[in-house]
Amino acid sequence: MKRMLTMTVPISAALATTLVLAACGAGGRDDDDDNGDGGGGATAPGVTEDSIKIGAHFPLTGVAAPGYSEIPTGAQAYFDYVNAAGGVHGRQIEYIVKDDGYNPTNTSRVTNELVLQDEIFAMVGGLGTPTHSAVVDFLNSEGVPDFFVSSGSLQWGDNVENRPYTFGWQPDYEIEGKVIGQYVAENMPDAKVGLFLQDDDFGDDAEQGVRQYLEDQIVGVERYTSGNTDVGPQVAGLQASGADLVLGFNTPSYTALTQLVSLRLGYTPQWYYSNVGSDPTLVGGLLSQFSEGAVEGSQNSLDGILTTEYIPGVDAPDDPWVQLWQKVWDTHGTQGDLTNYRVYGMSHAYAFVQALQAAGEDLTRDGLVEAFEEAGQDLDGPQLAPYRYTAESHLGISGLRIVEINNGAGEPLTPVLTTDIGDAEITEDDSGQADDAPPESGIPE
Amino acid sequence: MTRLTLVRRLWSDSTLLRHLLVAVLGVVAITAVLTAVSDFRSVQLAEMAYLGTAAGGLTVLTGLNGQISLGHGALMAFGAYTTALLLPDLEASTPLVLVVLAAVLVTLAVGSVVGVAAARLHGPYLAGATVALAVAVPGIALFYKQTLGGEQGIPVVLPPTPQWALDAGYYLTGTDPSRSKFVAYVAWLTLIATFFLLANLSRSRVGRRWRAVRDDEVAAELAGINLGRARVSAFMVSAAAAGAAGAMLAISVRLAAPGSFTLTLSLTLLAAVVLGGLGSLTGALLGAALLTFLPQVVTDLGTDAGLDNIQAAELAPLVYGLVMVLVVLLAPLGIAGTLRSLMLRHRHQDRHRGPTQTTGQTTVQTTGQTTGQTTGQTTPQTTDQATGPDTPGAISTTSKGTSP
Repeated sequence: MKRMLTMTVPISAALATTLVLAACGAGGRDDDDDNGDGGGGATAPGVTEDSIKIGAHFPLTGVAAPGYSEIPTGAQAYFDYVNAAGGVHGRQIEYIVKDDGYNPTNTSRVTNELVLQDEIFAMVGGLGTPTHSAVVDFLNSEGVPDFFVSSGSLQWGDNVENRPYTFGWQPDYEIEGKVIGQYVAENMPDAKVGLFLQDDDFGDDAEQGVRQYLEDQIVGVERYTSGNTDVGPQVAGLQASGADLVLGFNTPSYTALTQLVSLRLGYTPQWYYSNVGSDPTLVGGLLSQFSEGAVEGSQNSLDGILTTEYIPGVDAPDDPWVQLWQKVWDTHGTQGDLTNYRVYGMSHAYAFVQALQAAGEDLTRDGLVEAFEEAGQDLDGPQLAPYRYTAESHLGISGLRIVEINNGAGEPLTPVLTTDIGDAEITEDDSGQADDAPPESGIPE
Repeated sequence: MTRLTLVRRLWSDSTLLRHLLVAVLGVVAITAVLTAVSDFRSVQLAEMAYLGTAAGGLTVLTGLNGQISLGHGALMAFGAYTTALLLPDLEASTPLVLVVLAAVLVTLAVGSVVGVAAARLHGPYLAGATVALAVAVPGIALFYKQTLGGEQGIPVVLPPTPQWALDAGYYLTGTDPSRSKFVAYVAWLTLIATFFLLANLSRSRVGRRWRAVRDDEVAAELAGINLGRARVSAFMVSAAAAGAAGAMLAISVRLAAPGSFTLTLSLTLLAAVVLGGLGSLTGALLGAALLTFLPQVVTDLGTDAGLDNIQAAELAPLVYGLVMVLVVLLAPLGIAGTLRSLMLRHRHQDRHRGPTQTTGQTTVQTTGQTTGQTTGQTTPQTTDQATGPDTPGAISTTSKGTSP
């Protein structure tokens, strides 16, 4: 009996602790006051009189790091350039980059850290379709502006009602598919077309676009899973289907892999690679690396291959935009040369500075989104075709041009062609975006 | 004085009461902690909880039954995908408790199948077979793209926080508990429930059988233990814990995607177990804490020290590797195991200090001299203590020593 009694001591101690904890609490609930979302008022998170804190997730380590890890260094250089000139509305931009290793679980972790711990004002340029899908709903439910996702999936912009805070930036994969589809239908009507697709939104969206024009010409479709480096069966499948033009919607590693495998199989179709997978310098390096030196890869390895362009890249050193990027990189860059990935980072950093300017001095999260929906379509920038941003669509750049790679540089085969998702017509761009030059200061006006 | 002795005796005699008390204290502690910390810390704590739950299951399998599994990450995937399929949108009406139970049951079923195969394998062959599991399972999601979402996975939509939970949170803290605190609380309750069951199980007849099989198969079989049954049951229990952990991962990350369940996750779990101390639930929790907080702390330190983002990001795996090497070199029993052996030695000294002053002194001196070689000396004696999942009381029930 005494034993039982003694045993109750620790338990009652635990109970007492609970009760004390409870007593420390506030007890009942007062009248419900609807607490507004975090974005309202002049006290937006991450914004002070003289600073704005923004963040992004990128693969800085791991398999996806080569190439992609350079994007934030470009963006950082441009933000430093703007900061050196006094920032935006007197506020310096603080840019925090976290590594997610291209793993959605890590993306979720670092995004929590950025939003809840670092209290960023906005996410800018978070990279990857599977990775960003893991956090897009969280960002929207927290009301965090989620600008310029570094991925061409449709889901960042085609449903504004569900994801009011998310904006795409690069041309989505569907319009890229439409543009190349129409080009092939008009210029190579006898080609037997094979498709080589990444097995996610990237391949699916692109296929949807291509099929609008090439339904009858497609003889074979092969898909690969990102991470599986054996593409032998897919390339052999395309060869067996008799395709003499292959449209590849894949990442740079798979451009190198398909080139090597088709070399081995003696398969020589005309290749087209999506903009994402066609950086000549990176693919050249990957070719030497994957073949362990058996194929001497250089930036000329992709000569004769078709691809698309939507911003000027380092292969056009005379373009006024590229000259600006070179200047920015020389003054504020880190080690290494200017690359197309850094140009990409600088280009969306430029667009974000435009968005901040449009939002005015009283910066709020909702204000930024509204101002950008209003001003987005008329903004000039490095992009070859205008943006599509409105209150109904958050999709980015509206068009691109088809180029053939020659000596590592793209030679235009078509003018800039603009369109939209669905059955919107493809038209020649008349906005003059492709021929504009940046303002003298290098900072949007 | 007698009162104290009585409490102490009761403490070591009644396993159930002791574990229950620890569990209640755990709930109280986590309530207090979650009230005090920021949303971001709650998210980290949730992560620690699901890693800890899975590592707890793995430590029982490896530490108590001697089976190695490099495929526990894949088992977590079954729990996570079950959760994701049951919580597709806000209209999903399955209560969270049932969702977690379903995740546990599905993983349990998978675990029993794998366990049957695993029971026939030993050492490197078992490791190989479970690695195959870790590599193959993400492929299932890619193959059944329509239902399982392929590479991008399926989003998990957590139903709105139930009103009673909001009320309880409001009653305690005066503010509505945020979503992340609610998730962290659920994850910790799952961890505490899992650990409570695992601790009881390992101190029961079942646990003794597992240890007997681990230590000496022939002896165990002579004693009438069915080897296969003991192995399979250990694997099933361990898989069930992994299933619960997977469910928590899914609601915490809000996504079930193959990229989350790579071989790396399985190895991470094993690392948590090794860091913390094989066979110890406290160790599993410590290991999980280390793996959760270390990368962020190191990356922040790197950034503060003026490294650029890429260098700071590369620092985390480096330090993680170094810590691993150091723990294996300097504390081969793991953190919890080493702490416990230190504690036991201390108690040993206390006990011997009584009769003559001189003996006490010699002990102290000897210990002082041998601290440098602690590990080498203590390993053979303490193997069993380190494998008991809780408190020093474990000594009395463990078998007599490692088999040759």
